[in-house]
Amino acid sequence: MNGYNFAYLDEQTKRMIRRALLKAVAIPGHQIPFGSREMPLPYGWGTGGIQVTAAVLGPQDVLKVIDQGADDTTNAVSIRRFFARTAGIATTTHTSDATIIQTRHRIPEQGLREGQILVYQVPMPEPLAKLEPSRAETTRMHGLAEYGLMHVKLYEDITRYGHVSISYDYPVMVAERYLMSPSPIPAYDNPKLHRNPALQLFGAGREKRLYAIPPYTAVRSLDFDDHPFRTTRAPQHCDLCGDDASYLDEVVTDNQGGRMFVCSDTDHCESRRAKQEQPA
Amino acid sequence: MAYVAVKGGERAIDAAHAWLATERRGDPAVPQIELNQIREQLGRAIDRVMAEGSLYDRDLAALAIKQAQGDLIEAAFLLRAFRTTLPRFASSTPLDTAAMRISRRISAVFKDMPGGQVLGPTYDYTHRLLDFTLAAGIEPSPALREAAETVRAPRIHDILGQEGLIEPDAPSDAEPFDITREPLAFPAARDARLQSLARGDEGFLLAMGYSTQRGWGGTHPFVGEIRMGATAVEITPPELGFPIEIGEITLTECQMVNQFKGSRTVPPQFTRGYGLVFGHADRRAMSMALVDRALRAGELGEEATAPAQIPEFVISHCDNIEATGFVEHLKLPHYVDFQSELETIRRMRRDAANASQDCDVQEAAE
Repeated sequence: MNGYNFAYLDEQTKRMIRRALLKAVAIPGHQIPFGSREMPLPYGWGTGGIQVTAAVLGPQDVLKVIDQGADDTTNAVSIRRFFARTAGIATTTHTSDATIIQTRHRIPEQGLREGQILVYQVPMPEPLAKLEPSRAETTRMHGLAEYGLMHVKLYEDITRYGHVSISYDYPVMVAERYLMSPSPIPAYDNPKLHRNPALQLFGAGREKRLYAIPPYTAVRSLDFDDHPFRTTRAPQHCDLCGDDASYLDEVVTDNQGGRMFVCSDTDHCESRRAKQEQPA
Repeated sequence: MAYVAVKGGERAIDAAHAWLATERRGDPAVPQIELNQIREQLGRAIDRVMAEGSLYDRDLAALAIKQAQGDLIEAAFLLRAFRTTLPRFASSTPLDTAAMRISRRISAVFKDMPGGQVLGPTYDYTHRLLDFTLAAGIEPSPALREAAETVRAPRIHDILGQEGLIEPDAPSDAEPFDITREPLAFPAARDARLQSLARGDEGFLLAMGYSTQRGWGGTHPFVGEIRMGATAVEITPPELGFPIEIGEITLTECQMVNQFKGSRTVPPQFTRGYGLVFGHADRRAMSMALVDRALRAGELGEEATAPAQIPEFVISHCDNIEATGFVEHLKLPHYVDFQSELETIRRMRRDAANASQDCDVQEAAE
């Protein structure tokens, strides 16, 4: 685009972000402060993820952008257009064709491979924020690996409800050192964080923090021996492709309580349907 | 309803933008508002947008206001997003507000002082009656305006400082913190706090300042001085080695004189709260000065209990671009997370229903 640098950000800013990303990769799960810039999209719309993507994007990259697992949600469309316009790079909706995938709230169903980068948009990078509002205090707690507060929260949930009530943004321990917010992905996606071959980068623009999970890093969802972590999904199968294991969206179809369930990952669903249509 | 209704985001976005442009234009029979009209006739809106947008450019602010249909937070956001792309070629030398060409200068603590009291173009003593001559477009009669003050009007704290009655400015050659380049961490130093407050949301600053007056972290303030006028901006290019003036900006500066601090052995001194903002903006400058002083509670050995005294609370929440983004992002799709909440609450309700059934069965058996 005329008048702007490749992928919008100037090279000095990209360099600053890359330095922060290198630190983040070196200390998995640890939040690195960075000089987050004001972007032409509002805070909360993925400014952190966009800055990370802009910093790692090269002219040969193929970008996929998803929101709620779907390539066609308005914000995913808007961000994909932003990079198509400012960087002129190729975009795709196919998980396997992408070199960089920017995501909000989901990890693709299809397993990622080495060399791919998954960039998460993070609204609230501090996993302890709901328990302790002061960042000065939570920084100290991370320094001391003092995570008792979170265990107490999980324990209280179990005594009150019989199980942990957190269903998304479920806290994880990265490499058994840092407590980390996986961003508001459903707990269903948490197991995919563990020893993922792809590089996972997290950007929080408004909160000015970056963090990372390098490939093949151990990521454990917090739990207790007698109350192991478990995931939840709608117990139905996809009404379009029939998958009974993928994460489903519930769509209200009429005023009589009619529902249909469809894969949240649109690429996953479409690929399955394409295969089914092929004559055997 | 067909499932396909949730598709087609791309077309929807284009259509929404086109509709927005039409709505912004309004009735085509009415002439378009021109930028110079906004710049000349909506000056206070310009001032606010420049302050919260952190960019002193009256023409761009006018464009932003037009583009945002008068939504001033949206306009400030447009300026910020433009500002962040600008190269930085120099930092100014510290502004000398004592050398300001004063349009307004009032003190509430001295009846008169060198340089005098100058009301300037203020709403303070207007009667708030709708002026229907404005609706009729009648031109005002020419203002009686005395020649701009050319004498150097000393700042009020310089006068109080001669007796040592007020805490002095600590001179510093340190490079000031820049919240637009560096991530802020807490505790934040006063330079970072002041920069945040200077571009903070006017409504938020006003409410926070007001809360200190109502007992939530009282600071016993007096308006030492409010001054408004054109101030020279100078830079010192390294190849010259001496400062040159690159332009003038209009600023409002507020010095609050607050209750003293001292002890039996240390002579008590008045303390200060400081506000400095773009444009003509008494409310913003005064609110900033109240909040600045309240935030110094820790440094001055006061117990910090009220919201306005807690730097992390005030500074983290004063930016309306950040705030509006995060509040408004709630309207983005969250259906993946909501789905997991649905499954969780359904499971909990099942568990609770089963448990109460078990209880009933047990009671019936007893």
